Amino acid sequence: MDRIPILSMGNLLLVIIQFDMHDRLALALQDDLTEQIVKEQAKGVLIDISALDVVDSFIGRVINNTASMARLLAAETVVVGMQPAVAITLVELGLALTGVKTALNVEKGMALLGKSSGR
Amino acid sequence: MISIAPKLGSPEFQTLPLKTDENVVALRKLVREQLVAINFSLVDQTKCVTAASELARNTLKYGGGGQVRFSVLAADGSLGLCLVFIDAGPGIKDVPQALTDGFTTQGGLGLGLGGARRLVDEFDIESEPGKGTTVRIVKWKK
Repeated sequence: MDRIPILSMGNLLLVIIQFDMHDRLALALQDDLTEQIVKEQAKGVLIDISALDVVDSFIGRVINNTASMARLLAAETVVVGMQPAVAITLVELGLALTGVKTALNVEKGMALLGKSSGR
Repeated sequence: MISIAPKLGSPEFQTLPLKTDENVVALRKLVREQLVAINFSLVDQTKCVTAASELARNTLKYGGGGQVRFSVLAADGSLGLCLVFIDAGPGIKDVPQALTDGFTTQGGLGLGLGGARRLVDEFDIESEPGKGTTVRIVKWKK
C-alpha cells in the first residue's frame, strides 16, 4: 500500500501531502505520524496541505485527530497552506478545525513551531 | 454531422461505481473536471466536490456500496451539475434525524448529510428501510 512520506528535520516532522488521499491512506498517515513522533522524539509536526483542493469531513477529522494525538505525545501540530476555497468549504460544512494551529506557508509554520518549542 | 457535445436539454447520465475508497477519489476528480469544463468558480467547485465526496462516502460506508450517476443540466440559461447517489443498503430509518448535524451511527462526526446539503443548491433524499437510499444533488453555476 502507498504511504505518505514523513521527513524528519531536527526535532520536527514534515509531511507534504502531494495528492488527493483515499480514506485508508489518510488513516495510515495518522498512524505513521504518531509512531514517528515517539520514535524521533519530535516536538513539532508540520503538515503541508497546499496541494489538496478538497478537504472533506473525513480528511478534516483525520487532521484534527492527528493534532490531538500529537498533543498527547508532547508534539505541536501546524497545518500549513490551506487553500482559501477549502477553508470556506470546511466552515460551511461545519468543521472549523478549532483545535488545529495553522499557518499560511511552510516558513511561517516552522516559525510558529520554533516559537512554541522555545528554540 | 453528429455532435459529440452532450444534449443539455435531455441530460445523459454517466455512471460510476462506488465500491471502494479509490472510487471516491476517482469521483472527486471527475466532478472537478466536469465543473471546470462548465466554468464554475473555484469556491463552488470546491463546495460541490466536497458534497459529492461526503455523499459518496455515505453510499460506501452506510449503503454498502452502490453507484453515482451524474450529468450536466441546463435550465433558465444556467448550467448545473446533478449527481445521484444510489445504494441498496439498509436505508435510513429517520431521515430528518440523519440530516441533523452531529447525528452519527458509526462514530463519525455526523456532518456528512447535513454538511453536503448546505454546500449545494438542491438536495433530495429518498430512503426506505431495507431497500436503500437515493440522494440527488444539484449545484448551479452562479
